[in-house]
Amino acid sequence: MNDKTSDSNPFLKVKNITKNFGNIKALKGVSLESYLGEVLAIVGDNGAGKSTLIKIISGVIIQDSGEIWINGEKQQSLNPRTSLSKGISTVYQDLALVDTCDVAYNIFLGREPMKGLFIDKKRIYMESKQLIQNLEIHIPNIKVPVGNLSGGQRQGVAVARAIHQGGKLLIFDEPTAAMGLVESKRVLKLIRKLAEDGYGVIIISHNLQQVFQIAHKVCVMRQGNIVDTVRTDESNMNDVVSMITGAADI
Amino acid sequence: MNKDFKIALQPYRYRILLLFILFFMVIIISFISSYFLTLSNIKNILDQASLYIILSVGMTFVICSGGIDLSIGSVIALTSVISAFAMKADVNVIIAIFIGLVVAMGVGFFNGYMISFFGINPFIVTLSTMSIVRGATVLITNGRPIYGFPKAFTYLGSGTIGFFNCPILIAFFVTLIGVILLGKTRFGNYSIAMGCNEEALRRSGVNTNKYKTLIYILCGLCSGIAGLIISARLNTAEPLAGIGYEMNAIAAVVLGGTDMKGGKGSVIDTFIACLILGVINNGLRILSISSNYQQLLTGIIILVTVALSEYKQRRKIKTG
Repeated sequence: MNDKTSDSNPFLKVKNITKNFGNIKALKGVSLESYLGEVLAIVGDNGAGKSTLIKIISGVIIQDSGEIWINGEKQQSLNPRTSLSKGISTVYQDLALVDTCDVAYNIFLGREPMKGLFIDKKRIYMESKQLIQNLEIHIPNIKVPVGNLSGGQRQGVAVARAIHQGGKLLIFDEPTAAMGLVESKRVLKLIRKLAEDGYGVIIISHNLQQVFQIAHKVCVMRQGNIVDTVRTDESNMNDVVSMITGAADI
Repeated sequence: MNKDFKIALQPYRYRILLLFILFFMVIIISFISSYFLTLSNIKNILDQASLYIILSVGMTFVICSGGIDLSIGSVIALTSVISAFAMKADVNVIIAIFIGLVVAMGVGFFNGYMISFFGINPFIVTLSTMSIVRGATVLITNGRPIYGFPKAFTYLGSGTIGFFNCPILIAFFVTLIGVILLGKTRFGNYSIAMGCNEEALRRSGVNTNKYKTLIYILCGLCSGIAGLIISARLNTAEPLAGIGYEMNAIAAVVLGGTDMKGGKGSVIDTFIACLILGVINNGLRILSISSNYQQLLTGIIILVTVALSEYKQRRKIKTG
């Protein structure tokens, strides 16, 4: 599947992105391609520029120079809303869920279907149930407040919302941070399934073991540059570690 | 099946507790005094509770969204004085009412605008407007009450339609609108979501500032309605009317199970809480117990009820 999609055009292409914060050069000309149906992991030490890159892609901050192409279209200026409307959806680390509202309302938050003046509750519950089932997220009752769910289930709700928002490329920032073993396994399975279903996935992770489990490609960043992008089936963890630390240069 | 039923029942647990308290008090007081459960006294209780119901419905939305509005007592006085001036200037009653309500909503808009767009703490903003509005009301009236209104206006406070007084009917109507707004519309949904996680709501593309301002406008409107009822009932617009009413409204909302931190609330429960407070006041007055005891008892009941529900909540979280 992966080989097939790699032949086609990338869904997201960034070219020579630079970004400075005052004197600090956070990104020094970064280029990257992401395909639908593929899990791309971005790894790197703290301060390598991963989060800055992700924020530029999702429109939260604007690059100093460089181009962003989404679905073959060059983007002039991205903001969170346009980025979302082009199909790029970020699942934030804090998940941005409303704990006192139930699962269905969280999935539809901000885009509730209306029936005249009122929210179409029937449709919300029906469609959420369908979405949760399609994603194979295990949530026994969608009328339960999100605050009562486990970490993995909450992640599932956030993913369901991202997809419902029309996301084709989903960006995860440390999706399994602060999660137990069983929970993270579920989340990784979900991410893999997303790629199999034809969504593009970018994950930022510090956990190389997980990265090698689920990613098709690994993009290694170091000090604002991309050192290399390698296929996980043609590389091993030691190579990646030495690229992250810079030992490969020596 | 049983478990599903329990989950379905969970949101109504607090309401059942409130209803239990209400019935318990009604039964006790009616045993002591035979006058309590008469039709005219029930009407009396509802008539007195109607003001607090109207105020508390607006306050429910504000507290749900994680805010507070201390200015409603002052808005009551301002609204009644403004419409009184209008009526004294021979303006049509309907238009005078309309002007009063617009002014009330204007104060609400000012509160909401300062809170959302300037990011000032709601407590500070509404504490200031409480003072500003009261001061302005006293200034424009020179501290003197205005009295003597057309019949069409006083009908609002003391007229009856069928069995019920006008204020009771208005209170029912406001409650109904509140229930629909909170439970079935985006406005209500966002009020709750805002109180729980405003950032999440903003990231979902919702203009939170707009909705927050609307919430305070609604609260202003409710206090405006209450203000008109007060001046219609007394046939007097009193610049010092409504002092301390904000505390009663907050008490009713809190007793109704709305979380002061926001993110949770129910208009129906607020309504029941107002009835409970109404029954306490009326019952104690019938039993000719001093009003000092009334205040004491009201405070204790609120504290015990809320503590009980918090305690249950905490135990539920601990045991998972």
